[in-house]
Amino acid sequence: MIEVQNIRKQYGDVVALENVSLSIQRGELFGLIGPDGAGKTSLMRILMSLLLPTGGTAAMNNLDVVKDYKKVRLITGYMPGRFSLYPDLTVEENLKFFATVFGTTIEENYYLIKDIYQQIEPFKTRRAGQLSGGMKQKLALSCALIHKPEILILDEPTTGVDAVSRKEFWEMLKRLKNMGITILVSTPYMDEATLCDRIALIQEGKIMSIATPETMMHSFPEDLWTISSRKIYNTSKILELIPSLISVNSFGQALHLVTTKGQHTSKSIQGFLTQHGEHDITVESEKATIEDVFILLMQKHNQTA
Amino acid sequence: MRTLFYILQKEFTQIFRNKSMLPIIFVMPLVQMLILVFAATNELKQVDLALVDYDHSASSRNLIHEISGNPFFKVVTGLNNSQEAEDLLMRNKVNLALVIPKEFDKELTTLKRTEVQVLVDAINGNAAQLSLAYLSNVIGAYSQKVLIKPIKPEFRQAKTIEIKSTYWFNPELNYKFYMAPGILVVLITVVGMLLGGMNLVREKELGTIEQINVTPIKKWQFIAGKLLPFLIIGLFDLAFGLLLAKLAFNIPLRGSLLLLFSLAAVYLILVLSWGLFISTISDTQQQATFVSFFSLIVFILMSGLFTPVESMPQWAQNLDFINPLFYFVKIMRSVLLKGSNFIDIVNEFAALSAFAISMFSLAIFRYRKTS
Repeated sequence: MIEVQNIRKQYGDVVALENVSLSIQRGELFGLIGPDGAGKTSLMRILMSLLLPTGGTAAMNNLDVVKDYKKVRLITGYMPGRFSLYPDLTVEENLKFFATVFGTTIEENYYLIKDIYQQIEPFKTRRAGQLSGGMKQKLALSCALIHKPEILILDEPTTGVDAVSRKEFWEMLKRLKNMGITILVSTPYMDEATLCDRIALIQEGKIMSIATPETMMHSFPEDLWTISSRKIYNTSKILELIPSLISVNSFGQALHLVTTKGQHTSKSIQGFLTQHGEHDITVESEKATIEDVFILLMQKHNQTA
Repeated sequence: MRTLFYILQKEFTQIFRNKSMLPIIFVMPLVQMLILVFAATNELKQVDLALVDYDHSASSRNLIHEISGNPFFKVVTGLNNSQEAEDLLMRNKVNLALVIPKEFDKELTTLKRTEVQVLVDAINGNAAQLSLAYLSNVIGAYSQKVLIKPIKPEFRQAKTIEIKSTYWFNPELNYKFYMAPGILVVLITVVGMLLGGMNLVREKELGTIEQINVTPIKKWQFIAGKLLPFLIIGLFDLAFGLLLAKLAFNIPLRGSLLLLFSLAAVYLILVLSWGLFISTISDTQQQATFVSFFSLIVFILMSGLFTPVESMPQWAQNLDFINPLFYFVKIMRSVLLKGSNFIDIVNEFAALSAFAISMFSLAIFRYRKTS
């Protein structure tokens, strides 16, 4: 269980976190979604008692992260964004070292890391610095889990990891969640957001929205259209002139157009484009993804700012 | 205790896995002892002297004979005027020039006093002073001879006080005996500061300190884990260096080795804490190296290792009050050459201990788990 109340962090004049409040339930897989520099790492480091907040309070399983930091460290596992195990120690030596400093053994909690560790066990005599990105992350997760933490905090664990390893990694997180471990994970990848129980969208140190991914996607307040065109750049330039426009962004091979709710139909958009000399264009109504939600919220946030 | 044991085990594994570490531990003492001790000498074996004789008399020839007979001088003769001697000085061909004036013989016999001119190349002040002193001695001895000659031998006793000197603790004034203990101090200082200090910054650079900081490892355990391995390596290097000094130069080991190593341990704790302190205030190994290097140079040059502290200006001598190397160079020389016991060096020991304790506390205080 993680309770964050009005956490504020300032580095000189720069405000990294502005009155952030969150409440994460026991056994929940909670995602912190936001671009680089949004404040994800600062928040996690405050929770891990590596950084002192400028204001506000935070508690992990009812232990204050400032006052009871020693106890907090015993019940949490942390995986920093940067690989931070000893590159000159072997896989096994790293795991053994972290088990020992937490006063436990690999054998005692082997059941927790078994699924993950088995995949890297064939390389256990290899130095950690020589592992591939995906294997490094698996080792780091094993080391973060070896003392059987109640809460797991993972800072961008899948950044720089290949697609297959990413998928495997999220499956592991699901299994850990099912064992009752509370997990807070941050990611810049919007597609990973749907794998979480609940997510918080964070931008410039402020939380813009907290909900389940489904609610967030379903409650998209405007109309969203996917537009396929051969000359995507031209089309987007023209669409910038359409009435009741909110935004137009490229989305893979197509464009995502957001217009004020109820102002357009696919026909009216098609008509507008034909009128401006664009042909061979398909317009379809689309369900919003987390990315669409994020972009819309960001735009509104910027307009009010 | 179990945690500390595993931290130490981890540190040693990492140290010996580091490919550059073993060469540093073994090659550095070899190079420092076998090359630096020879190189860092103030002894002058021979100087080149240009002679200009304007007099060409019996007296001037006798004086030249005295000088040429001295193996310390390599004499260049056959110069016509002092201008030629000055040219040789300018072109670094000679270090000294002696000009005997025209009336040398005449003045010596009639006036009983005369003058000669000596020109010294003072680019290297030390060498200049030494060679001038040598030459003055030779000329002085010669003048004694010629002046005393006419007087009856009985008066001679009353006129001069002859100095019979004995150099204690280093009777032959062997420069290596004096340098070797000092170079050993430099050796363990470098081991302690650079290896020990670098180690903590490396954890910062790699980011591993983040992971360590979220473990229940206590401050003192972490610091001890960084300190003890290099304390052991430093003491090992001291033993290795002493062995080399004994074998290569047969330097005397008069004092108690147990005392020497105990004091070295105190000194190493001080140096290691100092290195650790530097690494707590640096973010990269490069920064830490620069700061360590800077403080090392200042402390080494002021320590009295190469130049006597007594010849420094008073304010510099006062500064040495806080120079740990100053104390330890003194301890090393006293214990090894003089055979000093603990009581003899208790002041130096007290100073080192005080520094060690305060530096260690400072390093622990500065190393914070949370920022």
